[in-house]
Amino acid sequence: MDFKIISALLGIIMLAMSVIAIYHKKMIVAVIATGAVGLFASIMYLFLAAPDVAMTEAAIGSGLSTIIFFYVLNRIRSNDKEGRESDEIDEVIK
Amino acid sequence: MEYITITTGFLIIFAGLWAIMTRKNIIRIIIGFSLFDTGIHIVMVSMAYVKGGVAPILDKKELLTDTANKIVDPVPQALVLTAIVIGLGVTALMLAYAMKLHSEKKSLDIESFKDLKW
Amino acid sequence: MKKLFVFIILIALASMLYPLLDTFHGNDKLSELAQFYAQKDNVTKVNSQNLVTAVVVTYRGLDTLGEVTILFLAAAIIAFFLKTESEKRTLRKNSEIFKTAAKMLVPIITMVGIYIFINGHLTPGGGFQGGAVIASGVILMLLAFPNMEFSHKFFESLESVSGLVYVGLAALGAIIGLGFLDNAILPLGKFGELFSAGAIPVIYSFVGLKVGAELSNILNKFKSVQAEN
Repeated sequence: MDFKIISALLGIIMLAMSVIAIYHKKMIVAVIATGAVGLFASIMYLFLAAPDVAMTEAAIGSGLSTIIFFYVLNRIRSNDKEGRESDEIDEVIK
Repeated sequence: MEYITITTGFLIIFAGLWAIMTRKNIIRIIIGFSLFDTGIHIVMVSMAYVKGGVAPILDKKELLTDTANKIVDPVPQALVLTAIVIGLGVTALMLAYAMKLHSEKKSLDIESFKDLKW
Repeated sequence: MKKLFVFIILIALASMLYPLLDTFHGNDKLSELAQFYAQKDNVTKVNSQNLVTAVVVTYRGLDTLGEVTILFLAAAIIAFFLKTESEKRTLRKNSEIFKTAAKMLVPIITMVGIYIFINGHLTPGGGFQGGAVIASGVILMLLAFPNMEFSHKFFESLESVSGLVYVGLAALGAIIGLGFLDNAILPLGKFGELFSAGAIPVIYSFVGLKVGAELSNILNKFKSVQAEN
């Protein structure tokens, strides 16, 4: 297949994932969507003839960064057990 | 093909900036910073592309002669390699600050930290 | 109302950056700086197959030194900031499949990471990628056996020794060779073998070990402030 069609498909999927990461109510889905943006960016680096950068982005941007977010979410949720959920504070500035 | 990737990079930069400026939860602001970093790296790598070039690793015999007409630019790739690791360090530091802020006032809302306003 | 102002600011930023997108036509040949790196006698002077490694370690070595300093600073600040407060042991036991699979996979993952940063000058890879792979092996061990003690002293001393050896090799290049971070202090062998390209494999191995130890320290710090139930 032509490279242009695949790059356009990857671009549309990355934009959809980033909109999910900003506007979804649950925090877990937003963190996983951020990891998915890094994964599709790593595929795009392979089409741009950069294998070193693709390896680094897949290992660091889409692996270790998501794990650190999950540790922080677990700690905040166990601190906040008796109050309300930390997902409900997320309102847009009026 | 590099026009499509550079446009995607700019749109992700604007999505990250929008998330930093209009959300209230601290963790979503940090997600916005991470998206901003990813967008800038895509723009920098797609400026290094030469039409019809291969990756800058000389492991075949025919790449040793007349190298300068066959490979892509290796300098922006070296800069982006360093920038990805620094982005991870800064994100980890911001998350440590967010944990410490939450354990002081029990709230993740950025409007409730008004100690520095007059 | 505030959203409208944010939107206007973003439109103004877009109109400032638009000329960059407008005058971008794709490159047809390499820029002049890259043609200097791709000439035959410059390639033979450094003698490494991977041109990105040659740029990162020798031509732009000061940037790598600064990046190692920033990572060290971030790890030190995180270790200072988060105090360990939970001393109670956790009572959760993992399943048998998970523990056995983790015990079999961790040596293979560590060996793949060491292979990646030793062959940094022949194949795509290098110190940063190998360090990240080693850190993901360490976190598999942390998740499978949460009661195991993590020896802080081993990783801290590994990180400090690697940093000192890296700076020592850089200064050695200034004393013996032609300049700071030159790689002609060890003999440049034949093009394409494992023991070629001077001091590049040695420098990259120590950078890889340092990055792996630092990321493991950061991950362990985040794990040890979890309050188990």
